[in-house]
Amino acid sequence: MMMGVVDIGFFNLLAGYALILVVLVMLRQRNIKKETELLIAVVRMTIQLVLVGYILDYILGSQRMWMTLAAVAIMEVFAVQNIYQRVKIDMTPRFRSIVACSMAFGTIITMIFFFFVLLSVKPWYSPRYVIPLSGMLIGNSMTGITLGAERLLRGFHDKKELIEGALMLGATPERASREIINESFTAAILPTINSMVGMGIVFLPGMMSGQILSGVPAVTAIKYQMAIMFAILASVAFTVFILVVWGSKTFFNDRAQLVLYG
Amino acid sequence: MAFQLEQVKYKDILKIDKFQIPEAKITCIIGESGSGKTTLLRLLNNLISPDEGSIFYKGRNIEDIDPIQLRREVVMLPQNPTVFSGSVKDNLLIGLEFAEKDEVRNDVLSEILRLAQLDKPLSTIASTLSGGEKQRLALARIMLLEPEVILLDEPTSALDEGTEERVIESVVEFAKGKTRTLIMVVHSKSIAQRFADVAVTIQGGGVVAEEGL
Ligand SMILES: Nc1ncnc2c1ncn2[C@@H]1O[C@H](COP(=O)(O)OP(=O)(O)OP(=O)(O)O)[C@@H](O)[C@H]1O
Ligand SMILES: [Mg+2]
Repeated sequence: MMMGVVDIGFFNLLAGYALILVVLVMLRQRNIKKETELLIAVVRMTIQLVLVGYILDYILGSQRMWMTLAAVAIMEVFAVQNIYQRVKIDMTPRFRSIVACSMAFGTIITMIFFFFVLLSVKPWYSPRYVIPLSGMLIGNSMTGITLGAERLLRGFHDKKELIEGALMLGATPERASREIINESFTAAILPTINSMVGMGIVFLPGMMSGQILSGVPAVTAIKYQMAIMFAILASVAFTVFILVVWGSKTFFNDRAQLVLYG
Repeated sequence: MAFQLEQVKYKDILKIDKFQIPEAKITCIIGESGSGKTTLLRLLNNLISPDEGSIFYKGRNIEDIDPIQLRREVVMLPQNPTVFSGSVKDNLLIGLEFAEKDEVRNDVLSEILRLAQLDKPLSTIASTLSGGEKQRLALARIMLLEPEVILLDEPTSALDEGTEERVIESVVEFAKGKTRTLIMVVHSKSIAQRFADVAVTIQGGGVVAEEGL
């Protein structure tokens, strides 16, 4: 890029830690026992970001396809792990594998469309584009799946009488679980839709701010922002849709009986 | 015979050696709380499958019949009536939708409500109904489907004696008029004596008495 951004000097950044010190003093003053948490958080963030910074610089410098793909794969794995941790309701092994599959399918389909049709960068695996943009798709889909999975699991538990009531009357499992599936899907994509509404007025999206900081014209930045929002919505919708439709089938056996576990 | 059970076992809850339920007759099931009455009905509706033994419906093993098709012929009214969102009308129509049957006109719906002794307009929001009214709504939904076999799990548990009698009388008449098989769990012996062709007593998960009345 022609217009670079002012780099932050090492000692300038150290000065940034002074801000943390101020907060620490505040905590001490008010006798709020959160100092250790804050220190751990700061240290973790520092180590993680320094590591990622060097790794990313290395990948960006090498321009190798396999490295880009490996980075995307690692993000997917971390995202799925994160979902397993964040969903507080027990999931069967089969449901867990559906979580992983819907995450992979939904995001990869969107990525293919996004990088080949919408952006058409050359080469297609250009890490400068693929890694941050995939990260956003994966991150948002992760949140969507977490919401969707939780709603679905809770829905089947709370509404088992309604579902069985429908089955008793001769409803198919698909019909009996339709409302729960739709509710879970809606709950999962609603935050994404809502975030579109405030965009540019209530807040400046992170990616757009970042591009403007690095000297990209605002009009280019908003085009990127719009493109990524379309892709995020699609990716969240695809992943959650696969999850709720496929995942809901795990609650029924081959005799169309409701099987609740946990 | 509508149903035949052979060496049926379900968990530690139900154990029935040999048992038959006649077709186009009124069968009443009685037994104390926790004896396994609901479990038996759920087996007949194939909402659960026996761990051992076989259940035959019209001579065919239930496990060989498509469960959805079976449940459209052998419909069950749960002990706690299921009420779906929307109006009384929505609640009646959803049964037809589940069973993939055609919608019917409002006067047919009103007539069914009358049969179930529920005197409420079709537009009433179903969630505002009382417990006993919900029970009759759920019963009306089933009668609308005119199934081959009607399984009722304590259809009148929330009703006063007078209403209970009128409801049972009505549903019995309905089943007889259409020569349907009616199997219902009732909580009083006197109801069984008055209406049943066959009265079955369940105790501790087994059939202990069977009498033709
Ligand atoms: N899914 C289940 N898992 C374990 N135990 C169960 C299950 N369903 C029912 N039971 C137990 O089986 C026994 C019989 O239950 P069931 O509901 O068939 O009794 P019931 O005769 O219908 O009683 P009531 O008159 O109170 O409705 C009860 O002790 C109940 O706790
Ligand atoms: Mg019962």
